[in-house]
Amino acid sequence: MKTFVGIDLGSTTTKAVLMDEDERVLGRGITNSRSNYDTACRVASQEAAIDARFALFRREFGAEQGDDAQIEEFLAGLERAFRLEQFLEQLNDLECTCIEQVTGERFTEVAGGVKQALAEVFRRLREEAPAMFAPGASRKSDFFRDIAGSRYLAVAEEVARDAGLAYELLLNVYDKSIIAVENRPPSGELGEKFKRALERVVSEGGGLKGELQQPVERALDIELEETYLVGTGYGRVTLPFSKEHIRSEILCHGLGAHMMYPKTRTVLDIGGQDTKGIQVDANGIVENFQMNDRCAAGCGRYLGYIADEMNMGLHELGPLAMKSGKPARINSTCTVFAGAELRDRLALGERREDILAGLHRAIILRAMSIISRSGGIEDEFTFTGGVAKNEAAVRELKKLVHENYGEVTININPDSIYTGALGGAEFARRAAEDRLEGVEA
Amino acid sequence: MKITTSPAQSKEVLKDASMLKQKEMMAKHYDRLTNAEPNDNKVASTFVPGNLNELIMCFDLVNNLPEVNAIQSGLRRKSGAYVMEAEKAGHSEDVCTYVKSDIGMMAKGNIGPNGKKLPNPDVLLLSYTGCFTFMKWFELLREQYNCETIFLQTPYMADGKITPNMIQYMVKQLKEDVIPKLERVSGVKFDIDRLREYLKKSAEAEDDLVYILQSAKNKPSPIDAYFGGIYYIGPIFGAFRGTDDAIEYYRFLREEVDERLAAGLGPVTPDGPMGKEKYRLVVEGPPNYTNFRQFWKMFYEEGAVVVASSYTKVGGTYDFGFRHDPDRPIETLAEYCLGVYTNRSLPMRVEMLSNYVNDYQADGLLVNSIKSCNSFSAGQLLIMREVEKRTGKPAAFIETDLVDPRYFSAANVKNRLESYFQMVEQKRSGVKKEVAA
Repeated sequence: MKTFVGIDLGSTTTKAVLMDEDERVLGRGITNSRSNYDTACRVASQEAAIDARFALFRREFGAEQGDDAQIEEFLAGLERAFRLEQFLEQLNDLECTCIEQVTGERFTEVAGGVKQALAEVFRRLREEAPAMFAPGASRKSDFFRDIAGSRYLAVAEEVARDAGLAYELLLNVYDKSIIAVENRPPSGELGEKFKRALERVVSEGGGLKGELQQPVERALDIELEETYLVGTGYGRVTLPFSKEHIRSEILCHGLGAHMMYPKTRTVLDIGGQDTKGIQVDANGIVENFQMNDRCAAGCGRYLGYIADEMNMGLHELGPLAMKSGKPARINSTCTVFAGAELRDRLALGERREDILAGLHRAIILRAMSIISRSGGIEDEFTFTGGVAKNEAAVRELKKLVHENYGEVTININPDSIYTGALGGAEFARRAAEDRLEGVEA
Repeated sequence: MKITTSPAQSKEVLKDASMLKQKEMMAKHYDRLTNAEPNDNKVASTFVPGNLNELIMCFDLVNNLPEVNAIQSGLRRKSGAYVMEAEKAGHSEDVCTYVKSDIGMMAKGNIGPNGKKLPNPDVLLLSYTGCFTFMKWFELLREQYNCETIFLQTPYMADGKITPNMIQYMVKQLKEDVIPKLERVSGVKFDIDRLREYLKKSAEAEDDLVYILQSAKNKPSPIDAYFGGIYYIGPIFGAFRGTDDAIEYYRFLREEVDERLAAGLGPVTPDGPMGKEKYRLVVEGPPNYTNFRQFWKMFYEEGAVVVASSYTKVGGTYDFGFRHDPDRPIETLAEYCLGVYTNRSLPMRVEMLSNYVNDYQADGLLVNSIKSCNSFSAGQLLIMREVEKRTGKPAAFIETDLVDPRYFSAANVKNRLESYFQMVEQKRSGVKKEVAA
């Protein structure tokens, strides 16, 4: 099967979208951009490929809407089993890497003991792994580093104590290994891991044997051929992509928004470090755009600073601001001043939720100025980027759009964070199509 | 000039001829300036838009252009420190950075590009052509140097045309105020025949300049009319209009352009000859000087060539037919001042840029909006929309500054430029498909 990949290398997260020949999204993947776009790109693509397999399973089952509870339960079990396989594979990688680190002067006397201890630590980690991926088990993160790290530290302490070894030695090899392992996404064949996961699900019973196994195997046999790839976003220049595989994020966001809502004429994207106002035509082609210049005032990162300053999680800001009945009037969107503004107001006794609501309003005011410079808002209006997930920002946006432009349909897609990657995938599909037609891509 | 070498070598020689000539002219000019005091020469400071070089030469005055000095400081990466020096002296962040570079340079000893101290002016000739900041700039200089200041007011072209009254008004100022004062300061009697001589020479060089700028109508364009254009306007906008040096420079340049035209070659960039011409742009607004090469590279690397620009008209709009006329020596000076780009109304600018997009078969308009230039920037978004509407071609907006390095964000500018080029490409292929269907 031909697939087309769009990758959006944002300043905060990297997103990938896998699309089929009929412009249908097969899979989506997201990961932290870290400081390593190369890895972020591979991880996001792989996540999208995994997600795509599940889309194919559903297709085989003829249950694309997700309305068959039995199938959904089975697929959820399969996903857990698959994640477990991935986890075990990375655990093996971590073990091998740790063992390689047992060299040098400090280990000359104790190398044998440390290796034995490592074997014991990893035996226990493997043993307890299935429970972490059991139905209903909650993991605090889906990133390997977070899950494996906290358990390693706990188990290694016990093992070191029992073996009379310095705990610090086990910490040392772990610290030296984890970044390398993290930057090396699971390399095993996905099909094989799916098969092992399937066996695991079947062996654990549920009476779902033959009838469900066959469609899954059929779906696994479908080869996903990466026909064309397009990269976009801030990290695009650092990737080993040739020019024809790169599109500007402005074009990708414009096209992605058009794919999600074909009647879109104006797009607002608020990302980590920039805000863009984009006008598109009936075909999703960019007519005009404006973005912030040399200053990230009023971008996603601004909210990040506020969250740090208030010692809150980024996702907690919106809900708290929603509780405000009387937003504070804040005009400055300067990220650097935000902290001072916040502390001053707190000291003056203003309520946290009112200040937060005021800050949300301030960033939307800045966005409104950028939109108006790009040509204003035309119906329909699509809001994308990480900030579109923030309900308080959305509330302020709706208010200001209504005040300034009257009745306008405002679209916010739950997958809006993938807008740029979606546009990229569609560019990839078109480029491949043009190539087949002999038109210069 | 004669070409006797092989074709490959001749291009090198040709390329060098105008550039070497210009370099030599500039060096000579700065030496004249910095030796003005020992040589007992008097100095007039004036601005590029409305620069009355022929008149200044009639009084044996050496022409010092503070804007050009600021540009030199920008290109030599000295302007950043000068700007900060001026801010230390109390000039706000929003003030024109040409002004601040100049004020800062003065504060730090007024050392010119040749490493020697620039002279104090004996007269400030403010020929006011639309930029309000010029007036404030000269007020500061007057305070500093306490010398004669002459104010020649050019009526703004609000209605888009030059009326006999406007010319009369300016001629009166020139005859009754400007010329007598220049005579007094210089001690040289005004000789109208001398002025005629200079004006004749100006017109000759102006013909060649227009030919060179309009060569960009060819595909591919043999010149870049913005980044390259900035070099080409140097002599005629500066202290050389009306001289034999200028005539010779533009003749060399014209020959080089002809050579490239005949060979079907594009512009020469700092990295050598440009690759395939992919995008043809009209640019509105001054360039950034602190990262001039990096900025240019963002264009030529993508195959973008600027075929026409408004900035190369700030010192005169010769492409619409104006030439200095020795038969009407005073009136022609008035007409020249009236016509410069900074004195043109918003509708005139829209018209001019729209025509450029059409006449030069450009893919669209790019606006480089200058953070600290109110004169150019006011109304630019409106200009952009209007040109877009009239030509049906896509436009884009980038933001940099003249000589303040803090206001050049390479990643941001590159991002917008690439988006714009891809937008043009996308529009083109959309049209191609529609045509095919």
